[in-house]
Amino acid sequence: MSDARIPGAFLRPGTSSFSDFLAENAPDLLPARRSLPAGSAAEIAPHGTTIVAVTFPGGLVMAGDRRATMGNVIAQRDIQKVFPADEYSVVGIAGTAGLAVEMVRLFQVELEHYEKIEGSILSLDGKANRLSALIRANLGMAMQGLAVVPMFAGYDLDSGTGRIFGYDVTGGRHEEASFFTVGSGSLFARGALKKLWHEGLSSDDAVRVCLQALYDAADDDSATGGPDLTRRIFPIVWVVTADGAVQLDEAAIGALADQVVGARFERPDGPLAPLPGGGEETQA
Amino acid sequence: MSTPFYVSPEQLMKDRADFARKGIARGRSLAAVQYADGVLLVTENPSQALHKVSELYDRLAFAAVGRYNEFENLRIAGVRLADMRGYAYDRRDVTGRGLANAYAQTLGTIFSSGGEKPYEVEIFVAEVGSSADEDQIYRLTYEGRVADEHGFAVMGGDSETVSSYLSSHYAAGASLGEALSVAVAALGHTGDGDRVIPVEDLEVAVLDRTRTQPRKFSRLRPARVAELLGPRGTPEHAAPLPEDGASGSGASGSDSDDPADPTDQVSGNVPPLEHPTNGEPPSGEPPVAPPL
Repeated sequence: MSDARIPGAFLRPGTSSFSDFLAENAPDLLPARRSLPAGSAAEIAPHGTTIVAVTFPGGLVMAGDRRATMGNVIAQRDIQKVFPADEYSVVGIAGTAGLAVEMVRLFQVELEHYEKIEGSILSLDGKANRLSALIRANLGMAMQGLAVVPMFAGYDLDSGTGRIFGYDVTGGRHEEASFFTVGSGSLFARGALKKLWHEGLSSDDAVRVCLQALYDAADDDSATGGPDLTRRIFPIVWVVTADGAVQLDEAAIGALADQVVGARFERPDGPLAPLPGGGEETQA
Repeated sequence: MSTPFYVSPEQLMKDRADFARKGIARGRSLAAVQYADGVLLVTENPSQALHKVSELYDRLAFAAVGRYNEFENLRIAGVRLADMRGYAYDRRDVTGRGLANAYAQTLGTIFSSGGEKPYEVEIFVAEVGSSADEDQIYRLTYEGRVADEHGFAVMGGDSETVSSYLSSHYAAGASLGEALSVAVAALGHTGDGDRVIPVEDLEVAVLDRTRTQPRKFSRLRPARVAELLGPRGTPEHAAPLPEDGASGSGASGSDSDDPADPTDQVSGNVPPLEHPTNGEPPSGEPPVAPPL
């Protein structure tokens, strides 16, 4: 091209969506636009596993373990699976790690791009819907075993609460009021959250609840990593409140993880939930 | 067949430059000032919604004066270029020099192409580095010239007056409050005297290297600006300008045919302002077809 000026497509007003702009002008940069040969590709790429999120009054906590697996092999022990999406929201990923990280990168730019072009932040539902669209575009690859199933959560500036959104591979989204888990260890983590979560958790207790749930997931799921005490690798934890999303620093999580592990020496199955009516004689 | 008039290239470029310069000088001035923690961008802008200063990327800001629709297009193009480059490579690979070059090529091509009217805009691309030595302010003019400014820079409106005020009052390494006070005083300075610009009419943004987030751009709200400026004299609004948009109106609905008013509802009674082909003043006689 001899004309050195910025191409016309960049100057044309229209879309505020970065992924729509890429689809029109540089489709090969989109993670979902790659064609795969037929057959399953599930075994060739590392998979990320368990993410948990819980709400508390005025915010939420999202935490993820650090393990990526490839079949029976631990592909990476310090992978990051919870990312900030923008100032007030976070996204956690489960599924094919490479694609998921690229999708998160695209999602981050998508939100920032909208904010810069329009001069205002997308609503929390708007952000959740944009992530739906990105997941839906990946459906073809998901059917060949390269599924990406993220979880999105953020602080809703309008209602002043923390909200959690879960997804399926087709991009369908659903909102969870209290807590949610995703990934291979999610069933075990969810069982733990059911017994530990209650309304009116403090933000510190919400972090403890997440670490307990991840410990239980690692206890029963080989693809989820527990706290690695020898290497000092601990789950990544993000706390989102009206002040924005903040990642807890390594030292703080290390201290909490030591508490959790210490208590498991006493009781390997973790904290005991009270049983209503327990100890009473049943009526014959 | 009509013979086209010969216009020398010098004259053509001069006319286009005069046209663009006049458009830019009609607006209000915008100042970019380096301070201890980054770059401060200030202008007088009564509109809260139509910004003249905005974010381009992590360490880059965009500021413009002139025609809003033209610089808004350039701003959006800059955001798209920066986001695409950062996504395809890495966030650190988006630089002020790259964007300034892209803008310069675009403005230069439009200015020298005969078919388009030149853009009536002037642009700053400001970049904040990890120390004050690495901060940059690029100035881009309507004809695609790029200049690398140090300390402070002013564009638009009566930029010479504002610039001369700044050059006698600017001190390198000032705090944000000091730099803002000097810049606001400079914008209110005219040949006839000084005016205190009301806080709500100021658009202020900074690229602040001390922010912990990767995105260093931040707008300062009026309350914060007032706090930084401290007590001042009685504020005075500026006289409205065409760029403020307040003068826009619908059809005037006047019953008389005024050739200068394109919105009047009557036509045909007054001869056109001048002869459409030879430019002579109207004679009053209707034009007659030449004999066969």
